Amino acid sequence: MLDGALGIWTVVVFVFLYLPIGVLVAYSFNSSKLNILWESFTLDWYVQLWSNAPILRTLKNSLIVATGTTAVSVVIGTTGAWLLHRYRYKFSRSLQTLICIPMMMPEIVMGISLLIFFTAVSLPLGYVSVMIAHVTFCFPFVLVAVQARLQGLDPALEEAALDLGATPLKAFWLVIVPCLRPAILSGGLMAFTLSMDELIISYFTTSPASATLPLKVFGMAKVGLNPMLNALSAVFIVTTIILVLFSEYLRRLGTRPAQAA
Amino acid sequence: MQTIGLPGTAAPHARKPGLWGWLLLAPMVLWLLLFVVVPTGILAVYSFCQRDDLGRVVFSFTWDNYVRVFDPIYLNILGRSVAYAGLTTIICVAVGYPVGWYIARRPAGLRNLLLLLVMIPFWTSFLIRTYAWIAILKNEGLLNGLLLSAGAITAPLELLYTPVAVVIGLVYAYLPFMILPVYGSAEKVDNALVEAAHDLGAGPVRAFSEVIIPLTLPGIAAGVLLVFVPAIGMFAITDLMGGARVPMIGNVIQNQFFKARNWPFGAALGVVFTLMFVFTYLAVQWHGRRSQR
Repeated sequence: MLDGALGIWTVVVFVFLYLPIGVLVAYSFNSSKLNILWESFTLDWYVQLWSNAPILRTLKNSLIVATGTTAVSVVIGTTGAWLLHRYRYKFSRSLQTLICIPMMMPEIVMGISLLIFFTAVSLPLGYVSVMIAHVTFCFPFVLVAVQARLQGLDPALEEAALDLGATPLKAFWLVIVPCLRPAILSGGLMAFTLSMDELIISYFTTSPASATLPLKVFGMAKVGLNPMLNALSAVFIVTTIILVLFSEYLRRLGTRPAQAA
Repeated sequence: MQTIGLPGTAAPHARKPGLWGWLLLAPMVLWLLLFVVVPTGILAVYSFCQRDDLGRVVFSFTWDNYVRVFDPIYLNILGRSVAYAGLTTIICVAVGYPVGWYIARRPAGLRNLLLLLVMIPFWTSFLIRTYAWIAILKNEGLLNGLLLSAGAITAPLELLYTPVAVVIGLVYAYLPFMILPVYGSAEKVDNALVEAAHDLGAGPVRAFSEVIIPLTLPGIAAGVLLVFVPAIGMFAITDLMGGARVPMIGNVIQNQFFKARNWPFGAALGVVFTLMFVFTYLAVQWHGRRSQR
């Protein structure tokens, strides 16, 4: 009986979670400018969205920043995870704590401290500053994802490669990296999504010219309802669903026993 | 998404690093020092500085910014932020805990499906999800439209820009951040323990409060950290759902940096907020360790 009640409650909560975004997606196809009654089906808002220069410009900025952030985060996160796994540094434990700080720190504190820092070293706000900020909170997620995968890795793999005459660098690149591929990919996906969605830290570390899409959406949503924003939200929601399904697929690949590719 | 407690660091077979081991690690260590440690340090320094009439920062020591934080106006806002974040956290625990527990007790196939259904809102931008609620609650929004056309009301209700709207927005944004960690710890609870409690004569209430809750406390603690702390400083949701009527500490900080241009005072507020975060974290950790004994 208790199980049944919990089941009903879970369904209610899922309805609460999905109804608003479902309504948003549905109304992005509504020809009425107001969000009240259904008039008729239209793709007009998507067409308008596609020809809206300011939105496209901020989308381009977001894609540039997210791609750069992901590339740097994957490199720093993967090598960092491997080195911390492979070697015992004197300060390994404190370093691990330090890595967790950007993940847990309130975003607004990180935003203002980086704004002050960039101003103090007179780095003008723009693509570089916002990318530095994004990498700082994204790479720990890659690192933790790769670390989790490394824990299930057979140490004999690297030893065998070394015994067969590979240099440590070759062993890492040819044996370890292929084994870590699912974790690297899903960590990278996480970094990309986090960077695409980030609002608060970008708010403090970017300039109008390099403003990202969430900043534009924030500005538009403040003004009020806009059917184009419904369409944009629907695109965001569908993209997120695809990314989540893809990373779930990667996770399933990753839980299989590690094999050298 | 975030983990409290640290994952294991080096493998059992880890070696002492050579020159290369140090050189390759250096970029990451430098990155963290330069963009996490140093900026936090500068933030602390700025909080003791003054500003001149043009809003420029003058490096002369003062306690004034901290004295100002304890001005009743700001203390009020700080208290309100904590109260809203606290209420949000309590609602998230009450609503999300049963869901996390229920998902963890399902057979593998259904469990993965339900988990996926939590992951989707978890990863969907909170901004988009907040906008969805604006579309529902606004004067010319969906809910008022439905009520008007059904004849239940004659004039649109003022739903948006109210404290209730702010709490709905916060709960909606943070609920998945509570469900996932609760699920994580509920999944590890051995069914035998729950059954043993029942076999030994504990009713559902007693089994829940004396066996299940203590065993899933780490998950609740992680969820509280993921919901409570970010909710205190969240200015975007309060801006969108509360208008300017319900300012929170996040709105005040943002204001100091862009409109009022009083960076030292903004920095002092940031430091106070960071200290609140650290204390919450330590309290949760300490409580967790004590209850494990």
